[in-house]
Amino acid sequence: MTHILLNNVCVDFPIYNSATGRSLKNHLMKAVTGGLMGSNEQGHIVVKALYNICLDLKEGDRIGVLGHNGAGKSTLLRVISGVYEPTGGSILVKGKVNSLIDLSLGMDSEATGIENIFLRGALLGLNRRWLSAKVKEIVDFAGLGNFIEMPLRTYSTGMQMRLAFSIATLQQPEILVMDEWLTVGDADFQEKAQQRLQEIIKKTSILVIATHSPELVQQVCNRMIRLERGALITT
Amino acid sequence: MFKLFKSGWRDIFAALKGYELAGVLGWQDIRQRYRRSSLGPFWLTVSMGVLIGALGLIFGTLFKSPMKEFLPFLTIGLILWTLITTVLNEGCTGFTAAEAMIKQISLPLFTHILRVLWRNLIIFAHNLIIFPLVLLVFWLPLPTTALLAIVGFMLLMLNLSWMALLLGVICTRYRDVPQIIVNLLQVFFYLTPIIWTPKLLPQRASILLLYTNPFFHLIEIVRAPLLGTLPSALNWQVGILLAIAGWAFTILFYGRFRSRISYWL
Repeated sequence: MTHILLNNVCVDFPIYNSATGRSLKNHLMKAVTGGLMGSNEQGHIVVKALYNICLDLKEGDRIGVLGHNGAGKSTLLRVISGVYEPTGGSILVKGKVNSLIDLSLGMDSEATGIENIFLRGALLGLNRRWLSAKVKEIVDFAGLGNFIEMPLRTYSTGMQMRLAFSIATLQQPEILVMDEWLTVGDADFQEKAQQRLQEIIKKTSILVIATHSPELVQQVCNRMIRLERGALITT
Repeated sequence: MFKLFKSGWRDIFAALKGYELAGVLGWQDIRQRYRRSSLGPFWLTVSMGVLIGALGLIFGTLFKSPMKEFLPFLTIGLILWTLITTVLNEGCTGFTAAEAMIKQISLPLFTHILRVLWRNLIIFAHNLIIFPLVLLVFWLPLPTTALLAIVGFMLLMLNLSWMALLLGVICTRYRDVPQIIVNLLQVFFYLTPIIWTPKLLPQRASILLLYTNPFFHLIEIVRAPLLGTLPSALNWQVGILLAIAGWAFTILFYGRFRSRISYWL
């Protein structure tokens, strides 16, 4: 049973290197985008990236998170992935969270394609032996052929993304977190990639996707929330 | 208090369980550093050898110590000291260097410290090659007490790991601390008998300089058995107590501030 439950979640970022002038602080508090600013007990400036978020996601939920830049979408995704522990309120996540954000994180441009498969695989928590058996499948899917033995820096950007995508989508996540829809590679690959992505999403128990596009929400989601300056405005 | 301990320990335990990841990342660091170089990490061995040769010549002559005694002493001391300083200095930046990773995926954070430890163990292994070479040059046998050095080394690593973790947390919040640590370690390099032998010290100074210096004890539990003598009971006691007290404090401290690390980055 996968389940995500956020109860009055707040996330305050302390900012230690801002110019801490009082007037500036007041000025900043009137800023239009970004989270609300204030100061904490120690007098440090804090950005309230999320404020009193309550959210209950159950199996089958595909939720779209809409909002302006700086509304707190990415922060919310990171709270769900466990990167940030809420500074207020509580969160409960049952099920393994995978994110399809920054697919090439940890890749090394000097290392060969094969080496990068294992590097990325380790970061994704994939078992080395299992991964060894999957190498051929990854290479075939990415359509890299003999290039897989070459250093990553010899790849075009598209090829790098294809490899990254092929590794990242190897396992079926229980809870999938995405920042915008993924489009990778040229026309041919895109079709293959979309198919695989659709398949993964279909089998995923819970999907959380941050986006600017209401159309996307209509296509893939069955729920929607809107964030504005760190607060939830519609459920 | 128990809750803090549990929260700190849970992360450390999870990182230890997933040691494979730290291993892969640590190796990757070494590979990245020496990619396309023909000698690779053995450059470390070469430069350490050159340093030991040069220092040995200068200070051996300066202190009028017989090379046969001084050079093995200097070799093992310098190799250990290099390990200690790099682990502590890189421990300071363990979390800040992994910022991109920490902010993107949820891993046990101690993994990043394990990565530092593992990377430096690999480097240490490369440097260690010089020691048997030095013994060979002077046709000295490896003493039977050398086995005890393994125990001493494990105790040293146990101590270095809590220090690296503690420094990593503090330095993520206070970015001036790494610079302070660099300077402090520089001072300790001269305060600790590495390029000079304790015999050179007058009696009273030695009590003050040696016994209050934790690094002296930590080096001694590895170096003495490798040179054919036994570390003193005090050396062991300090090493063990430091490990216990250090870890106990660090786990609590880590339990308290672990969740703040990603916010401080």
